[in-house]
Amino acid sequence: MRAETRRRWAIAGLTGPAYLWLTLTIFLPLSAMLWFSFQKKGPFGRHESEFTLKHYEAFFNKAYMQDLTWRSLEMGLQVTGICLLLGFPAAYVLAKRIRGRWREALFLLVVLPFWSNALVRIFSWTVVLRPGGVLDGAVQFVWPGAPSIDLADSWSAVIIGLVHSYLPYMILTCYLSLQAIDDSLIEAARSLGASAMTILWRIVLPLAIPGLAAGAVLIFVPVIGSFFEPKLLGGTQGVVIGTVIEEQFTVVSNWPLGGALSFILLAIVLLVLAVSYPFLKDRMRTT
Amino acid sequence: MRKAGLLTTAAMALALSAGLAQAEELHVLNWQGYGTDEAWAVEAFEAATGVTVVHDYFNSEQEMLTKLRTSPGAYDVILVNSAFTQQAADEGLIQPIDTARLTNFAALSPGLRDAPDLAYDGQVYGVAWTWGLTSIAYDTTEVDPGTSINILWDPQYAGNVGLRDDSVENVAIAAIATGQNMNDPADMDLIRQKLRELKPQIRTYWSSEDEWNKEFSADSFDVSVYWSGSASRSATAFNLPVGFFIPDEGAIAWLDGLSIATDAPNLDAAYAFIDYMDSADFYVRWDGEAGAPASANPSAMDMLPDTAFNKVVLSKPGATDHLQFMAPLSDEKREEFLEIWDETKAYFAE
Repeated sequence: MRAETRRRWAIAGLTGPAYLWLTLTIFLPLSAMLWFSFQKKGPFGRHESEFTLKHYEAFFNKAYMQDLTWRSLEMGLQVTGICLLLGFPAAYVLAKRIRGRWREALFLLVVLPFWSNALVRIFSWTVVLRPGGVLDGAVQFVWPGAPSIDLADSWSAVIIGLVHSYLPYMILTCYLSLQAIDDSLIEAARSLGASAMTILWRIVLPLAIPGLAAGAVLIFVPVIGSFFEPKLLGGTQGVVIGTVIEEQFTVVSNWPLGGALSFILLAIVLLVLAVSYPFLKDRMRTT
Repeated sequence: MRKAGLLTTAAMALALSAGLAQAEELHVLNWQGYGTDEAWAVEAFEAATGVTVVHDYFNSEQEMLTKLRTSPGAYDVILVNSAFTQQAADEGLIQPIDTARLTNFAALSPGLRDAPDLAYDGQVYGVAWTWGLTSIAYDTTEVDPGTSINILWDPQYAGNVGLRDDSVENVAIAAIATGQNMNDPADMDLIRQKLRELKPQIRTYWSSEDEWNKEFSADSFDVSVYWSGSASRSATAFNLPVGFFIPDEGAIAWLDGLSIATDAPNLDAAYAFIDYMDSADFYVRWDGEAGAPASANPSAMDMLPDTAFNKVVLSKPGATDHLQFMAPLSDEKREEFLEIWDETKAYFAE
């Protein structure tokens, strides 16, 4: 075999399994769901295949679906924003200020939430946030007679639970970007008389944008589709488009509508990414 | 030659172990903690028949249907609510019952045993097992209930009411409160309005018995829509101060039947199990130890002590006058109810 052909076979052999896996587990099911979303009824029982757009039209005709989608987007933006504000400084300290064994120890603490089951995490938030729960108990201990803290079954509880679950993503991606920044660049800037603020704004941030963007996408996309955190933590406030989609599959077997709503959400996400990409490309520097 | 000998030995060993592995199993699909998986019952059945009972669970009727559709031949006995029996039969998911093979069948309450919803195309597809009510449960230490379903709308309990996150149930409650047929309400706008009036009342939704127990003991709500069997369990097994009453306007009644899946791998054991479930011995112990809904077997009900939860609730005069039994609903109706409920939830969340 010629070296060129051998090289091609090697590439195919190494990437093939991964692409095959992606095709089977993501591309094929999604294609099937896309097909269902244009059908009148789900793939059960005996009936003919009937093409229709009514499930997509349902989104545009019904105000409550648009309201709930907007709620989901708000939820995504709030959670991503808070993770940015909390995660970037944490990653900066971890990457630039801490050295040696402490760095590994703190890293472990950041990754620790991933070790627990997601449901267990969310349920434990209900225990912490409700009146008479851990948080209320702690406040009462320090300041007896304080008004009881009742954060359970509220929008705030949903945001708190989601930020707790997704913060590690932001810290990790920002850490990766930040620790790749050459320290000599910062030293050079300082020796030229730049203030800390200027260094952050004109050197560190532009070089860290790939990490920030990756973290933001890793958080925003799953959060807007989330349904069990709003359901468990939100009480009557925990209604978002994710819960509506879930109900289409678990309450009424209306797979076409569930699929249509999911793809509309996917289209919105792609739109957001497409709009923000040029802006990010502009601000980003690679050296 | 030696290779061939090795192969034959291996093949024989496999065949033998396959034969041994067919130690009898019965696969049951049900709600979790709903009678069929009581430890003592499973042991008693195993001791009597030598068949091991293996359980799988579902959290919603749609999940039950999905499991049946996607795993043919995986289950023997399934719990199918009478509102879904005909749909399951029509889709070919369950098989007709040979009632002659059940010793307890003839003794069941005729009204429940011969319920039209449990039959399809002239044959019985579901064996009546338990029936119960969805009505109002309350905290006995804090609430004086009265007799009206409008306690849910009572401003005295604002922020203290729990509702199940279920479209069919909530549309039915609103229908009963506005004097309509819950299976075919005439005035949907009235129902929409009645549901919206619940906005200041609801503290949170619950969707499983376990969640209800957690919220109730954390004092999230004092008044709630709840199931009679589960209320009995919460009071008996978990010692919660749960009271239960049937309002004057009526309540939702439901009938659960045990069905046999098409392609059930172990038919003999399936019939034996259903027979055991409908027996008075099983029911009396189940209600005594864990709490249960009402049995379709009248002799089983008679054997209950007079203080039993269900006996107390059902023996109040006029209790069963205005009950409406859940009937099969078309897909379109279910989707309409879900839409109304989703709209209402979005309104509550504003």
